[in-house]
Amino acid sequence: MAIRVFLTLLLFLSLTNLVSSIYEDQVGLMDWHQQYIGKVKHAVFHTQKTGRKRVLVSTEENVVASLDLRHGEIFWRHVLGTNDVVDGIDIALGKYVITLSSGGSILRAWNLPDGQMVWESSLQGSKESKSILNIPKNLKADKDDLILVYGKGHLHAISGIDGEILWRKDFASDSIEVNHIIQSPEVIYVAGFVGSSKFYVYELNTKNGELLKNNHITLPFGTFGESLSVSGDKFVVLDDLRSKIVTINFNNGDINYNQKQISDLVKDLSGQAVILPSRLPGLFTLKINSNVLFIKITNEGELVLVDKIDNAAAFSNALSISENQHVFAFVQYEDNKIHLSVKDVNDWNGDLLKEDLVVDHQRGNIEKIFINNYVRTDRSHGFRALMVMEDHSLLLVQQGEIVWSREDGLASVVDVTTSELPVEKDGVSVAKVEQNLFEWLKGHALKLKGTLMIASPEDKVAIQKLRLRSSEKSKMTRDHNGFRKLLIVLTRAGKVFALHTGDGHVVWSTALHTLRKSEECEHPVGLNIYQWQVPHHHALDENPSILVIGRCGPSLTAPTVLSFLDAYTGKELNSLSLAHTVARVIPLPYTDSTEQRLHLIIDVNKHAYLYPRTPEAIEILKREFSNVYWYSVEVDNGVIRGHALKSNCVHEVVDEYCFVSRDLWSIVFPSESEKIIATVTRKSNEVVHTQAKVMTDHDVLYKYISKNILFVANAAPKASGEIGTATPEEASLVIYIIDTVTGRILHRMTHHGCQGPVHAVFSENWVVYHYFNLRAHRHEMSVIEVYDQSRADNKDIWKFVLGKHNLTSPISSYYRPEISAKSQSYFFTHSVKAIEVTSTAKGITSKQLLIGTIGDQVLALDKRFLDPRRTLNPSQAEKEEGIIPLTDSLPIISQSYITHSLKVEGLRGIITVPAKLESTSLVFAYGVDLFFTQIAPSRTYDSLTEDFSYALLLLTIVALVAALFITWVLSERKDLQEKWR
Amino acid sequence: MASFTKSLFLFLFIQFTFSLFPSSIAQSPTPGSSEGYTIYGRVKIPGFGTKEFSLPAKVSNVKVILNGGQRVSFLRPDGYFSFHNVPAGTHLIEVAATGYFFSPVRVDVSARNPGKIQAALTENRRGLSEFVLEPLKDEQYYEIREPFSVMSIVKSPMGLMMGFMLIVVFLMPKLMENMDPEEMKRAQEEMRSQGVPSLANLLPGAARS
Repeated sequence: MAIRVFLTLLLFLSLTNLVSSIYEDQVGLMDWHQQYIGKVKHAVFHTQKTGRKRVLVSTEENVVASLDLRHGEIFWRHVLGTNDVVDGIDIALGKYVITLSSGGSILRAWNLPDGQMVWESSLQGSKESKSILNIPKNLKADKDDLILVYGKGHLHAISGIDGEILWRKDFASDSIEVNHIIQSPEVIYVAGFVGSSKFYVYELNTKNGELLKNNHITLPFGTFGESLSVSGDKFVVLDDLRSKIVTINFNNGDINYNQKQISDLVKDLSGQAVILPSRLPGLFTLKINSNVLFIKITNEGELVLVDKIDNAAAFSNALSISENQHVFAFVQYEDNKIHLSVKDVNDWNGDLLKEDLVVDHQRGNIEKIFINNYVRTDRSHGFRALMVMEDHSLLLVQQGEIVWSREDGLASVVDVTTSELPVEKDGVSVAKVEQNLFEWLKGHALKLKGTLMIASPEDKVAIQKLRLRSSEKSKMTRDHNGFRKLLIVLTRAGKVFALHTGDGHVVWSTALHTLRKSEECEHPVGLNIYQWQVPHHHALDENPSILVIGRCGPSLTAPTVLSFLDAYTGKELNSLSLAHTVARVIPLPYTDSTEQRLHLIIDVNKHAYLYPRTPEAIEILKREFSNVYWYSVEVDNGVIRGHALKSNCVHEVVDEYCFVSRDLWSIVFPSESEKIIATVTRKSNEVVHTQAKVMTDHDVLYKYISKNILFVANAAPKASGEIGTATPEEASLVIYIIDTVTGRILHRMTHHGCQGPVHAVFSENWVVYHYFNLRAHRHEMSVIEVYDQSRADNKDIWKFVLGKHNLTSPISSYYRPEISAKSQSYFFTHSVKAIEVTSTAKGITSKQLLIGTIGDQVLALDKRFLDPRRTLNPSQAEKEEGIIPLTDSLPIISQSYITHSLKVEGLRGIITVPAKLESTSLVFAYGVDLFFTQIAPSRTYDSLTEDFSYALLLLTIVALVAALFITWVLSERKDLQEKWR
Repeated sequence: MASFTKSLFLFLFIQFTFSLFPSSIAQSPTPGSSEGYTIYGRVKIPGFGTKEFSLPAKVSNVKVILNGGQRVSFLRPDGYFSFHNVPAGTHLIEVAATGYFFSPVRVDVSARNPGKIQAALTENRRGLSEFVLEPLKDEQYYEIREPFSVMSIVKSPMGLMMGFMLIVVFLMPKLMENMDPEEMKRAQEEMRSQGVPSLANLLPGAARS
């Protein structure tokens, strides 16, 4: 009976464990959070006041942020929507940050010190056009504080104080491509081309936008590229042959032009010339091949070649440091060194600053530079430069030194994999790392004080420090529990970082040689990262290695490169430029004798290429030739096809490593009623502990566990867009579960009146997906569990005894399985960005779903809430088994947010990795921010928790021993008395 | 367990009081464009937003999200937000604010009588007469450390161990006293005859044999 009671108690305890939460003082113990902003597009310095010096930036991740100029920390930051691309940023009135976004249609003002949005204006327009943000400088006398915005074919004048639109002028009807807005106190000049040869200048009244004058000139030839405004009244543009520079002069309403052959300026250069966009008064730059020419326009309109620089990397816009002194910075490379020069625009001969810089080679070239000046104590001007590097990192350079740097490439993580750390060598003594016994005891005594709540505030600080500093966490060796690993992330810039899971520091970073920007590779992007070699038993001495795949452009047909990296050091071991394209990479479940994993790369022509290219790999593949299957999804045609290997490719020469594929099956969805919006498969490395599930009535259900199973969600074409575009009547969502070997549809289900976006996760024999129900106008989550009926009659014990069961019969994907699927749906409050499931080493621990919500938080939801066997009134037996009474919506318990009060801004993906300890799963969430934590879905049943007090244990033992002695003495005495009696 | 009761407790005390501030679902087909309407609304967080420009940093990070991320808007100092150029149809607005739980809002923008906008909370299907969004409850992300109490020590495994020991030490002799002296004698004799008691003897079934 007692045992029964105890068991019920245990069950009760485990039932209440649906929430895994942490205490506030546990923040940072097992988790870390890093904030990034992304690759900087625009930067504006704000250093006028004596207070905090800051730089305001907007980035390619649509982040608007204010950074501390001294340390590079973030003062405030806002992540705009994914479609809300920032076009311009500037400061108005000295207290507002103005951003123009969404193709020139949204103008916002943010309070400079704290980032609170002050006002927002929506600018209307119909035509797509260039967007220009123009905020007048040095017009303090003018009380109007006009902000001029050109966007969507309209010019808007907006009050800087409250964002009110004062007037707007339509330019879309004149079909003019407005390129310049020049503001003088009374009039605004708007200039641009109509077609490629008509140059128009409009003169508008600043007060009300009234058209004062309209002038134009027709050039006798076409023009190439955009015109550039060199000074208030001069524009330059190239002619359509790109051989002449055309200077357009605009003077008191008259427009005239001059032209000059480029060959007259420079003799020995030939090639395609490009005018680089710049903002330098009286000066412009022309790029011919790798040479950059600085050309000056004199007041008379003459073109003078000032300088010719080769290997120029980047130059900044002009900065006015006094009334008529404009300076700019440029950098150039010279044998592994970077020269930073700051020059006066009008005085080319003198350098205001010339510094040599040493920048880590891994950061690549300098892509952008922004400068700012400060006044030194001797009243001369000093300069600091903000540099955006090729790997998206941000550097602040002052006096030839890098003051701070930010690894903002980590804001655009593309793919993640993990690697084990090296095994601890015998030579390294553990005692050196651990504190000595006294320290250890002291620490635990402090902790005990904490538990007994008798710690003073200083003690509390000491305890917190002790816990966070724990040297154990960030050691560079493998630990017993498998908590310490390397997270290897590939960023969009093609740089690979290894982050330590203990505290998130960058262990190494490598800019891939093959993914650097070059003549052949214009827009390199990182694609995927795979574990290439994971040494186990045979090759423990070797370091693990990883495979990185990158491409030289966004299109599928762009050339691809493979790169192999050492996971411990980040050294590039080997790299290959592929002759074929990469459409898909399939890691095969086979390894060769050196533990290199075999990978098949499928190109766009459906040829399969085997890597590594060794005879041994071929041998292994030949053995498993008929067991290799894959599928392809053609979203545009609504077709899913299954493929298998057929024979070697026959080109001019027979390529042993190339195979032709054959189509096995295809599923064609009716294009008029269904459109593929999501496909999900199981993770290939997932471990399943048990195949059977015992019900309360001692019935057994066998899970249908197959690696070749695909979840497909199709939406009605009318409702395949976003929420708000379809009505419930025209929307429907069709769910398929497909076997990818035979192409058999195992299960099909329709949700009427529902639409995407669908986020799904497939694990073991179940799939959970999230979608939008238009009828209820709420999000829903559904679960489908698939059970194998063909083995259902194996539960008769006599069959086992008599050997009549079919458990030993081989399981093949070719058999027609008898499947039963159970399903249930629930409401879920939030929109979802990503769904993952926890994974543990042996798959014994119960699962939790990790849901990345629209608020950029990650919610852990126990799988037991998504169990198709939930009923309104579960029986006593079912309750004991852990079945929760059915509710129409899934609970959101705020303590089960694993990100607690933090946000993973711009959340894009969640990765789970099993630790060696069965109870624990490591979770890495990435977006603009990075977040890592360990979670134990069923509590840490196999280890003591971090806050376990050893001192209390010791104390108890001491007390027990003392009690033992006391009672012994007492009993002795009693005995004696007894005997005396 | 504690978390459950806590959230339940909060849930019972959902605040439905609406402010007297002049706020309405302002709607107008925006001038110069025929394609969409403007949704104006206000987020009101109790305790904040009543004073101008003195908002805690927390509130400046509130986002209002239309249709699951299609558009993101931010709050003005007074809590107002707006979405421009929204086509007619049924939309979903969510508020992302750390520390507060907001219900998503269903917003119907009528095409037939331009500018008519209806809003309803999807969590409890309550219609909103004014477009003022208030959190349904606060979100507590951390477990509260319970203050030190004797009970917590007693409940801990070590406490249970000690308790058990105490019971054995002090209660068992008492039980022995209450036993029938003859039975006691018999038991003692039995023990003597069997020598050192082993674990098997202590089990009820084995002792009888």
